[in-house]
Amino acid sequence: MKQSRKSFPVFIGIAILLLLVILLENLSAFIPNLPQVFQPTSPLFTVLKKAAVYSLVAVSMNLLNGFTGLFSLGQAGFMLLGAYTYAILMVPAVQKEQVYYLFGGCAFDFSLLDMFEGIFGSGGAGGAIAMILACLIALILAGCVAGFFSYLIGIPVLRLKSDYLAIATLGFAEILRAIFQWQKLGKVTNGANMIKGFPTFSNFNITNGSGETVLRLSTFVPFLISALCILVIVLLINSSYGRAFKSIRDDEIAAEAMGVSLFKHKMMSFVISSFFAGVGGALFAMYVANAQAKAFTSVMTYEILLIVVIGGIGSVSGSVIATFLYVACSEWWLRFLDSEQYLGSFQVPLLRNGFRMVVFSIVIMVIVLFFSQGIMGNREINIGGLLKKISKRSERRS
Amino acid sequence: MGNALRLENVTMQFGGVVSVNNLSLEVPEHKIIALIGPNGAGKTTAFNCITGVYQPTNGLIEFMGKPMVRNHPTGKSLKTYKGEHADKFAKEQILAPTPDEITGLGIARTFQNIRLWKSMTVFENVLIAKHQHAKQNVFSATFRRNLAEEKRMRDETMELLVEQDLETYKDELAVSLPYGLQRRLEIARALATHPSLLLLDEPAAGMNPLETSMLADFVRQIREKYDLTVFLIEHHMDLVMNVSDYIYVIDFGSEIARGVPEEVQNNHRVIEAYLGVGDEE
Repeated sequence: MKQSRKSFPVFIGIAILLLLVILLENLSAFIPNLPQVFQPTSPLFTVLKKAAVYSLVAVSMNLLNGFTGLFSLGQAGFMLLGAYTYAILMVPAVQKEQVYYLFGGCAFDFSLLDMFEGIFGSGGAGGAIAMILACLIALILAGCVAGFFSYLIGIPVLRLKSDYLAIATLGFAEILRAIFQWQKLGKVTNGANMIKGFPTFSNFNITNGSGETVLRLSTFVPFLISALCILVIVLLINSSYGRAFKSIRDDEIAAEAMGVSLFKHKMMSFVISSFFAGVGGALFAMYVANAQAKAFTSVMTYEILLIVVIGGIGSVSGSVIATFLYVACSEWWLRFLDSEQYLGSFQVPLLRNGFRMVVFSIVIMVIVLFFSQGIMGNREINIGGLLKKISKRSERRS
Repeated sequence: MGNALRLENVTMQFGGVVSVNNLSLEVPEHKIIALIGPNGAGKTTAFNCITGVYQPTNGLIEFMGKPMVRNHPTGKSLKTYKGEHADKFAKEQILAPTPDEITGLGIARTFQNIRLWKSMTVFENVLIAKHQHAKQNVFSATFRRNLAEEKRMRDETMELLVEQDLETYKDELAVSLPYGLQRRLEIARALATHPSLLLLDEPAAGMNPLETSMLADFVRQIREKYDLTVFLIEHHMDLVMNVSDYIYVIDFGSEIARGVPEEVQNNHRVIEAYLGVGDEE
């Protein structure tokens, strides 16, 4: 098939990338005296983990905003649903008492982790299998819960167009956040307090009998999950349904007249996008090692929207690249702007807490004003094409 | 042979404005029927009622002998209703299919102001029209369980592009084509939905006389080839007189004349509507 040949380099590229991540993560085990950057405690890995999570959410938002033309701002709400679903399902029953101490225990004692540990045993390889299976199922359920709620909210909301849809979904996300912080639901959501004690990325590190880490996988896991999910989204976008989504974005009236059911396809895109936002939310909970409604504000949605705009509305690879740049800047490279710096004995003016956001805003304004297409516009990185170009160039040289 | 399309007392009222007033017409199968009238006569509104973009305020539209759209004024719209036969369909069930359902029944249309999908290539523009009749679901499509169907869709699209002489442009953006070819692409896209009735909304708008005369042959050609019934709106009298079997003329939403081209051409009411008539006369 012509198509499988085209996507082959992509698969190879993703596999190489994932291997590189494992290698990078475990570099410090092989080579002593590495620079600080490659030590496991370095901000590099924090950035990589967070960016892997955010890239999935950004791509899911791009599916909705960039490919279907539905301007929705409910992403944080669906992430919240995913995060809480994952957290509630994964906290072991033993810990629930402690986590929910303000409310006298959790309303239901069920834990996926306990269930699988009951089957496979809690230690050694059995414990690992139990955790992986429980995590996978919890992630999928997190997506399903987000998808289900998006279906319910989609029935009234998807009749709205453009800005009105944005306002409705934004409001929905805020309402959800308020509900999850409601004290009366404390037995389930732990009120405004955080839920913790569930497996996080660092639980995937492989340790030996004495508790030393043998193989670090805590950065690899979010990369793997995000890559798989993004791959599914890309496959969807390139399928017949993806083309139908794009036709709705380009011209609704023409799409309808050519037999594309607007409601069905908008709903489909909305639910799928929310599903992956839910999975992203669960990953986010794993990344920060807790689930708390306070984290999923509209600011988070704007952050993701910003990433989508910077990357290029309608470009998956653009969203991914933009996520890594954005997260690296906000969490690492521009951190120095937030504290006083000295060049010799000269104190650099203006640098103080909060200045980072000023610089950030200016960067964003510049992008919006002069590069409104974003990094990639609506094009995609074409690995096969790149390889061809490189091989052609080397042929010319020889 | 029966009627492909039949309108019975169709009235479309927007607020206090009656755009289409008590329009009844018949489009027999395998014929080319034209709907003409001066600017603002309500031709496109009539089209939009047929294709489900608007729901008519009153009236019945039958497709292939089966009721497809049916409505009667109720509540507030009954109070403000200015048309006729307000109670004719009052006891009947309301039918209001969406445009995509109507397309699924076998009615395809083109637009007066071309509506191609701008960011997509010529090939993709036609390919999307095949989406509705595909048997895949979103999972089989995403995980590529539908390769045979996808290939069939692509092959059929290619075939259609070859037939319409558009295959050399297949990878170009649809909007980069010259105007005449965009029109033809729109017709090709409509044909891709396997219609039995093709609605053409001013197909010759913006075309020069040579292109227009070619269009007349083209319309006849596709009617034979795809076994179509054609219902068209047009301003170009040359084209209409040349191509249609029967003509309906409307003005201010109401029918003012009907007949074969020669009859319509000599009808004084039609001439008045088109050329205007002095108040003193």
